[in-house]
Amino acid sequence: MADVTFTVDGKKLTAPAGTLLIEACRAHGIEIPAFCYYPGLSLQAACRMCVVRLEKVPKLQTACTTPVAEGMVVTTESPEIAQARKATIELLLGNHPLDCPVCDAGGECELQDMTFKYGAGESKFVEIKQHREEQQWSPVVFFDRPRCILCYRCVRVCGEGMDVWALGIQNRGAGSVIAPNKQDHLDCEECGMCIDICPVGALTSGAYRYKTRPWEMSHVGTVCTHCGDGCKTTLGVRRSNEGMDIVRGDNRDKSGINGDFLCIKGRYAFDFAAREDRLIKPLIRQADGQFEPVSWDEAIDFAAKKLREIRDTRGGSAIGVIGSNRTTNEESYLLQKFARTVLGTNNIDHHRTADYPAFAAALRGQNEASLRDFAAAKAILVLGGDPTEQHPGLAWQIRTSVRLHGARLYVANHESIKLRRQATAFLEIQESDYSSLIAYLSGGESALAGNNDAAAFRDAIRKEESLLVVFGQDFRGGAISALVKFGATQPNVKFACLGDYVNSRGAADMGLYPDLLPGYVPVTAAAQFTDEYGASLPTQPGLDILQMFDAAESGSLAALLVVGANPVDRYGIDAADLRNTFIIAQDMFLTETAKLASVIFPAANLYEKSGTVSNTYGDLQLVKKAADKAGVRTDFEIIVRLADAMGADIRKLVPFGKAGVRADFGQARGAQSGEVDRHGVWLAANHLDPRLSPFDPFAILDEIQRLVPAYSVPRLDLLAGNDQHLNSGLVQIEIAAPRRDLVLPSNDTLFTSGTLGRYSHTLGSVLEARKPAETAAD
Amino acid sequence: MATLTTHPDCVPVVSYRFGKGATSIDKYIELEGYEAARKAIALGPDGIITEMKASNLRGRGGAGFPTGLKWSFVPKQSPKPKYVLVNGDESEPGTCKDRLIFEHDPHSVIEGTIIAGLSVQAKMGFIYLRGEYRYLLKIMERAVEEAYAKGFLGKNIFGSGIDFDVVTQTGAGAYEVGEESALMESLEGKRGIPRIRPPFPAVVGLYGGPTIINNAETIASVPHIFRMGAAEYAKLGTERNGGTRLFCLSGHVERPGVYELPMGYNLRKMIYEVGGGIPNGKKLKAVVPGGSSTPVLLPEEIDIGMDFDQVGKAGSMLGSGGVVVLDETTCMVEFALRTMKFYRHESCGWCIPCREGTDWLEKSLTRLHNGGAVDRDIDNIRYLAENMMGRTFCPLGDAAAMPTIAFVKKFRKEFEDHLEGKGCPYRHAREAEPALV
Repeated sequence: MADVTFTVDGKKLTAPAGTLLIEACRAHGIEIPAFCYYPGLSLQAACRMCVVRLEKVPKLQTACTTPVAEGMVVTTESPEIAQARKATIELLLGNHPLDCPVCDAGGECELQDMTFKYGAGESKFVEIKQHREEQQWSPVVFFDRPRCILCYRCVRVCGEGMDVWALGIQNRGAGSVIAPNKQDHLDCEECGMCIDICPVGALTSGAYRYKTRPWEMSHVGTVCTHCGDGCKTTLGVRRSNEGMDIVRGDNRDKSGINGDFLCIKGRYAFDFAAREDRLIKPLIRQADGQFEPVSWDEAIDFAAKKLREIRDTRGGSAIGVIGSNRTTNEESYLLQKFARTVLGTNNIDHHRTADYPAFAAALRGQNEASLRDFAAAKAILVLGGDPTEQHPGLAWQIRTSVRLHGARLYVANHESIKLRRQATAFLEIQESDYSSLIAYLSGGESALAGNNDAAAFRDAIRKEESLLVVFGQDFRGGAISALVKFGATQPNVKFACLGDYVNSRGAADMGLYPDLLPGYVPVTAAAQFTDEYGASLPTQPGLDILQMFDAAESGSLAALLVVGANPVDRYGIDAADLRNTFIIAQDMFLTETAKLASVIFPAANLYEKSGTVSNTYGDLQLVKKAADKAGVRTDFEIIVRLADAMGADIRKLVPFGKAGVRADFGQARGAQSGEVDRHGVWLAANHLDPRLSPFDPFAILDEIQRLVPAYSVPRLDLLAGNDQHLNSGLVQIEIAAPRRDLVLPSNDTLFTSGTLGRYSHTLGSVLEARKPAETAAD
Repeated sequence: MATLTTHPDCVPVVSYRFGKGATSIDKYIELEGYEAARKAIALGPDGIITEMKASNLRGRGGAGFPTGLKWSFVPKQSPKPKYVLVNGDESEPGTCKDRLIFEHDPHSVIEGTIIAGLSVQAKMGFIYLRGEYRYLLKIMERAVEEAYAKGFLGKNIFGSGIDFDVVTQTGAGAYEVGEESALMESLEGKRGIPRIRPPFPAVVGLYGGPTIINNAETIASVPHIFRMGAAEYAKLGTERNGGTRLFCLSGHVERPGVYELPMGYNLRKMIYEVGGGIPNGKKLKAVVPGGSSTPVLLPEEIDIGMDFDQVGKAGSMLGSGGVVVLDETTCMVEFALRTMKFYRHESCGWCIPCREGTDWLEKSLTRLHNGGAVDRDIDNIRYLAENMMGRTFCPLGDAAAMPTIAFVKKFRKEFEDHLEGKGCPYRHAREAEPALV
């Protein structure tokens, strides 16, 4: 749209015609206060705080509903305007309990800020304030009516943003009250967006309330450890006797790939870190079968000695390694390097949640969609899966794009998924028909021929000038390449492949496969890797995860290193099959797998370490150390120490600083440095070498960037907390033979998150609250 | 059945058929009914609007906007259907005129709706009755059925080839939905909360379509304009205030009632001659000229013509025609409190100044009336009202603030007489008299 020129407080400004005055002013650094106005939500003009004077208009006007116009002359601050705002605040404070000293929002409250700015310091009323008792609407949502200023942000974000519509307004006038959808409680997605968006302390979080004053926390922007969306979450942490505790998860600066969004997991499900049954000491199984806590040195030496003995006597092929969907790229990379160069085995795998190798092979490094692309897409095709449950951040971006940008959404699914409500066209197909659908869309022979709905669906898609195609776990192998081939027949198509966990994609990219090295390089073509490592690698593909358990049962697999995974539960492995296998587990909890181990290392979680993760859309993000727990160590450090104790050359494993100074920069980074890794930014900007420790993940990231070209993104941007899309350059692999399909979707919901989710009190309590009430017996 | 009260000065135009059995369509036709619609069909849209402009008819809901001009704002071409909406949500305290129209002459509302529809080529009209007027809905619905049976509504009305439908609907008891955009929300089945304007209903109204929305009396006046001719109609009133209107005279007068008088009729005459003056030889204290939201006038301010311009010049508003007369026994603080109780109860709660302002004004006035206030509370009441004026989302806030400011300004002495434990000096007088208002 054409720009218009207008005057605000004597300054000439320009903005596109149609821009709301409040936005145009904010863009030029002129702050106009508002309670009800919220970018991206419908306009209310209810709080009357944003009133400004327009020349030649008799009444004050609301800047939130006034589009800028050519020649408009605006005054945003004057005694008259200040008085209007002051009077509004006086009225709000009339019924407000003024319980700021015990209010969670105290210190980050917009009503406090406005009162401070416009001054409404005098009490004008002596009557009794309206009071209502506090209400608990769900395990995570509490409501204090007296604090509510009725800005309706919560109502709108829940309805318009989330498409849940669980909040509404009851009564009228001064008796108006925000109310939940089930009389006295909420039936909703428990995302907590209403709490996040509340300008005051009316809606508070069950996980955070009364825990701290906001200024007592440090805030660390990092990445949520749960689903494959990899949303940015800001953790509020506070020093305690046991280290650094996470007190709150939220979305403070809204700068992440998730925009305004966080779901229940990103916001609340960090609480596993503080579980009372968390492992904080290394454990070794004694002769009587019981675990006994031991020192780190003892445990490391014990495990290393055993691994070395097995490797030296039975060969690397007698050892298996299972990696994680939740460790950092650097840790996954290091783990495969450790397996291949120190243990001498290609027996390495992980719980595969999507067929990323087939995706990489089909795309050949081209046209992968970032999560950011969905926020402003013109047309989106969702094939299979249920983003609302499994990728809530993606679902938010899709809804936002439909709502604010008029995007057309096409959904084909065997279930009537919730996103259907935003869809321009919904095609219900059989679960077995996804391949037929692709053939049909591509114009080939298909079981769907003659289906009128399918024909209309195809014709509509055919008209799109650009398209984002996102597909779930119904697509693997040949189906993915068929889909990508279909994409070639349409203009401007980009793809996204949905996997389950925060670094499922990274685990795949970093080569946690028995047949693929980092960047999907076949183990049979490892020349570049042997050069870089200065070591030879096993050239035969190793055992995959199921073969490893078969081998364990038959006695040919003598040792198994399990890092941040619970395959015994996931794959339903019989404990008896593993009775002769020496298992080393790195975990936070005594999981079904850890229980079978001979030695357990208590590991840090994603919130307690630094590094990078790649979400399922190939967005690379910095993970920053926020919390700390006395006794635990990162998987990175455990692997390095194991290698060291096995007599490996640490300098080869982790190519850290040449001078060899032992300093713990990588571990020290985190809470102290605020939301951006200021120290890292400074070092990188000054071309200084931050690689000073064998435990520094950035030393490994350097090596990853040399070997996996897709990962060579600007370091400074990464350190500044900006997500970087791996837009091209994944190694183009040729799949010689059909690969075994080991993809096992987790089928998580909004309230589950694999084994980790079971250790979250919040997720547990929400699941408990959602159970249908049991019918009373007799 | 409520009836019209008459006086020799009355000019029956809107009330022309009242009391004559015109609820039946045959009687209505006998009394020149549906002739105006036929004339309007012959005139065509532009002709109708020219005639409407010439009639100087101004909106009877309170704001007094020229009706012909309002209709002319509706765009000729629209991708969305156009609608006519009759605002029969009559709720302003002191106002009780529309109910007589629904009760005595429902067909005039239907005929007016048809003409409004013809002027903008709308195909559908809605007649929205106040929730408490549910008992009038039967009369209205029967009239609509009769009009369909005669072929005046539905397909090919009056054999003109034009289709026009009418639907009736009642509210759920909120004053706020008398505000035009809130009424549209209510009619669409939502909470009765006003919409952000612009866009105005003429451009984006009911269900997003261009909409004519007028007060029931305004619509009922329309057929008479075509029956009599616009020039004749205009001549009845004063300059730029055409025709007659129904005045609802209540309070301390000998003969309260609804009188149809020409626009510009003298207020003093209305009270002392039409209404028969103040009972029991009491003195006049104040007059509320146009419903509870209009600023009060003192006895020395009532020698004015009752049209939109003259009352405006006197610092008040003609409003919805509810003239409330108060004698010397009235406690003006209590009157202000009763008024504020109404607005506090009826505030929809959408915006802060109205929601909180009416609440605190009611609390403060209650305390003051009971003697629990000090001098600065009077200033505070005025401060609150002045800070509501012009700051609220819709005119309801102004409607609450405007009279309050006038009460404090014009009767400050009376407010002061209540202070510091003294309480209401009119208590005894009031106990002897029947309840006010």
